Order: sequence, then C-alpha cells, then structure tokens
Amino acid sequence: MPSAPATQTAAAPGPALEVRGLCKRYGAVRAVDGISFGLAPNEIVGLLGPNGAGKTTTINMILGVLQPDAGTIRVDGVDLARQRRRALARTNFAAVYAPLPGNLTVEQNLRFFALLYGVRRPGERIEALLRQFDLERFRRSKCGVLSSGEQTRVCLAKALLNEPRLLLLDEPTASLDPATAQDLRRGIRDMARRDGRAILWTSHNMYEVEEVCDRVLLMSRGRVLLQGDPRVLPRQHGAASLEELFISAAREPLAFQEPQR
Amino acid sequence: MRPQPVLGLVLRQFYLMRGSPTRVLPMFAWVTIDIVLWGFITRWLNSVGTPRLDFVPVLLGAVLLWDFFSRVMQGVTTAFFEDLWSRNFLNIFASPLSINEYLAGLVLTAVATSLVSLLAMLLLAGAAFGLSYFVYRLLLVPFLLVLFLFGIALGILASAMVLRFGPASEWLVWPMPALLSPFAGVFYPLSTLPAWMQAVGRLLPPSYVFEGMRQILAGQRPPPGGLALALLLALLQIVLAGLCFAAVHRHAVRSGLLARYSAESAS
Repeated sequence: MPSAPATQTAAAPGPALEVRGLCKRYGAVRAVDGISFGLAPNEIVGLLGPNGAGKTTTINMILGVLQPDAGTIRVDGVDLARQRRRALARTNFAAVYAPLPGNLTVEQNLRFFALLYGVRRPGERIEALLRQFDLERFRRSKCGVLSSGEQTRVCLAKALLNEPRLLLLDEPTASLDPATAQDLRRGIRDMARRDGRAILWTSHNMYEVEEVCDRVLLMSRGRVLLQGDPRVLPRQHGAASLEELFISAAREPLAFQEPQR
Repeated sequence: MRPQPVLGLVLRQFYLMRGSPTRVLPMFAWVTIDIVLWGFITRWLNSVGTPRLDFVPVLLGAVLLWDFFSRVMQGVTTAFFEDLWSRNFLNIFASPLSINEYLAGLVLTAVATSLVSLLAMLLLAGAAFGLSYFVYRLLLVPFLLVLFLFGIALGILASAMVLRFGPASEWLVWPMPALLSPFAGVFYPLSTLPAWMQAVGRLLPPSYVFEGMRQILAGQRPPPGGLALALLLALLQIVLAGLCFAAVHRHAVRSGLLARYSAESAS
C-alpha cells in the first residue's frame, strides 16, 4: 500500500479517545462492564478477547450506534453523547460485518460516503485514496463483484475519507492473504505515525497484534483484564507468547483480574 | 441541516437508478397499468351510462391522483429500503449524518421519482383517454401538494415501522395505500361510509382532495377551509412521522437493535 501525502495538521493535544466507566447490559448479560481506557494520537491499540468478550459492543458504542447504559466516550475531546455529529465527524471505521453497498461502484461508494462525512474537495480525496489503496482499476467495478481483499481495501479507503482522528478497525485483515495483510498492516502503521491518527484494532491474529499494536487491551466477559505492550505482556504474566496469554485469559479470566486504568 | 449529506443520499439513488432498469421500470410500469385499466373501464362506463356524467375525470382522475400519492410514499420507502437491502445501516448511522438530514435525503429522492411518475401518468391519461386537467382548474396544484405531503408523512412512518420491526415488515409497507384507500373516499363520497370510517377518513388529508375533486366536477366550489385543513393535517403528520422515526431510531440505538438489525430483535 503506497503512502499518501499527509493532509492532516499536527495532532491536537489530548487523547484521541477517552472511554470512562462504559457499561452495556442486554437483559441479565453484562456485555460491557465498566471499562475505561484511552488512546493517544499516533497510538495503535489492540482490543483483544474471545468471542463474546464485548469488543464489538464497545466498538458499536464508540461509533454511536449503541447507547451505553453508563459511562462517557470522548473523541478528540468531544463528548459523543452530547455532540454526536462532531464526535462522529472525527471518527470512522471498517469492519468485516459492515461492507459497503455491493450495488454501487467503488467510486460511487466513496463519493456517497464523502458527502455523508462532509469531506471538502471530495474528488481530490477520492483520487488520493484510490491511489493509496491501489483501487484505481476498480473504480468503476461494483463493490459486490470484488474479491474480499479488494472489498476490505475499499472499506479502508472509505474509513479514511474524512481523515479521522480515531479509526476503528474490526478484524481488518480477516479476509486477506498473508502478503496483502502484511502490506496493509505496514501501510496502516505508517499512516498512524505520519498523520497522528489513533487506531483501535481488533483481531484474533496475535502475530498481527504484536506486529502492529503499541498496546493491547485484553477483554473477557465485558471487562478489561490486562493491558500493556504486546511484546512484553506475555512475559510479565508467565506466558510464552501473546497467543498463550490470550488462551489462558479466555479460559481463566478470574486469574487475571487487574485494576482498570 | 447541511446540504452535502442530503445531496449524497439523492446522488446515491441516482447512481442506483442509472444502472438498474428494474428500479426505473416501476416508476412507469404500475402507474401505466393503472391508467390503462381504469382508462378502459371509464370508457366503457361512459358508453353504457348516462351522457351527463363523464367518468373520465371522476374515476380516471381519482386513480391518477391516488397513484401519485402512492408513488410519493414508495419513493420515500424505496430510498430507505436501499439501505436495508444493502445492509448499510451501520455505515449510515455511524456517520455524522443527522436524522433530519437522512429524512430530507429520502424526501428529495421521492420528489424526483414521483414527479417522473406523475409526468408519465399525465401524458398517458391525457393522450390516450382524453383526461383534461383543466376540469380541476387551479385546484390541481393544492390537490397534488396535499397528496405529496401525505405521501411523505406515510413514507417516513412506514420507514420507521420497518426500522422498528425488522426487514420482514417491509411486506406490510407495500399494501399501505390500498389499506387506506377505502377510508380516503377515492371513488365515492365520505358520506357513503359508516360513521367510524368517516371519522378515520377525516384524519386523512387525501379525503379532502377527493371530496373537493368531486365537488368541482359537480359544478360546485369546494370550501377553501377543507383544503387548508388538509394541508395543515398533512404538515402535522409529517412532523409526527419525523418524530416517530427519530424515537424509533433512539430506541434502536438504546436497545442495540440497530447494531443487531438483521436479528430483528435486540434480545
């Protein structure tokens, strides 16, 4: 993934994302149970956990499509509950379960979402992203006929349309071959450094998490059990690898209770 | 309200229609079938009925006006269904788009598509069956305006219903105009109906249009208060439908229905 010129100014002071005391219940089930964390500009944080740990619920709350029962979310200092539009204008996301409409072409989809996000000079921005994600030859292809890897790149291009301060990536490389996935990881990491973007990244690929993330939050049963540098954290907890630590925490979460930051 | 996202929604619909004859055809096909069917029925009724009564403006005109209302409503709901069919709610509602902007986009889309249908109906009914619009005089404009506004209100309400009850409730939306037509007195005076149906009919702005239409054709002057009330009712119903959509959206965000929309339930 070739680099694009940086168009965002230097990062504003303060965290790109602040989550405090976030809770969500579905009936008797505590999907998210009082989690707190933050993301600094330029930081890539891995949100890990077994299926049903509360990762997607957390992401949905940060995206404003799910209302928390308690807690606050501030994106770039803007309270999501009070200033939804301003907070979401600073956010974007790509997720395997939210593909772009397959009946529009790549270019049409990007133009549609550029207008929804109020992107200035959308034509220039779309051209830059088509180049950045090597999508120029697919511009007139309907998204529904693209391979899953190509669709992922289109979703990422859409996720960068508004040059978000906070980017949420839910298993962005799940459908990519190893070579494409590696290129994508490098591209995203470079972009986060260069443009001052904070990225919250979920993945079940621990190798990928170690390669990309500055920090990980390991969730289970709606709580953050552990957090730290993915290259150091396993040793701190007597595990040989991040994958081994993940499996232990998933099977015996009570053994890893840690005061939440 | 920002114009850019509203135009985005209209542009999306234009893209979809440009590349899809199956979306363009219904704008003409169903209204054409209705006009042709009722055109021949009125022609036959004119041949067997009393010469003093011309069925063309009474029946064919009523069909044309009712079809216009139906197309407006379906213009709104179809634009909404595009997000349903392409499972696009998460992308749409996680963007900075406000509910007002979203609804405005649906309405503008409906304006464009319903005007195309109206033009097709006017041309066909006039050219093939001699329906003259001058018989309705200048009141044709407020007639169309009332029907347009009520179509918008019902379209927004129907979209709210589908957002609340899930994709399968789409099948309840299509027959809505047919369900309302007996109450609106499309083909007969409201006085024909039993009292409780008349009471329902008086809450429906189109009933004032069809009463007015029949009064004009009978050589009378429709009371201006009736159409003014219809306009006010329709505007009020648009506001209520918008509030209903916003409330359903809030509920969907609070309960988790929006994030789990395909499950049709948050639990």
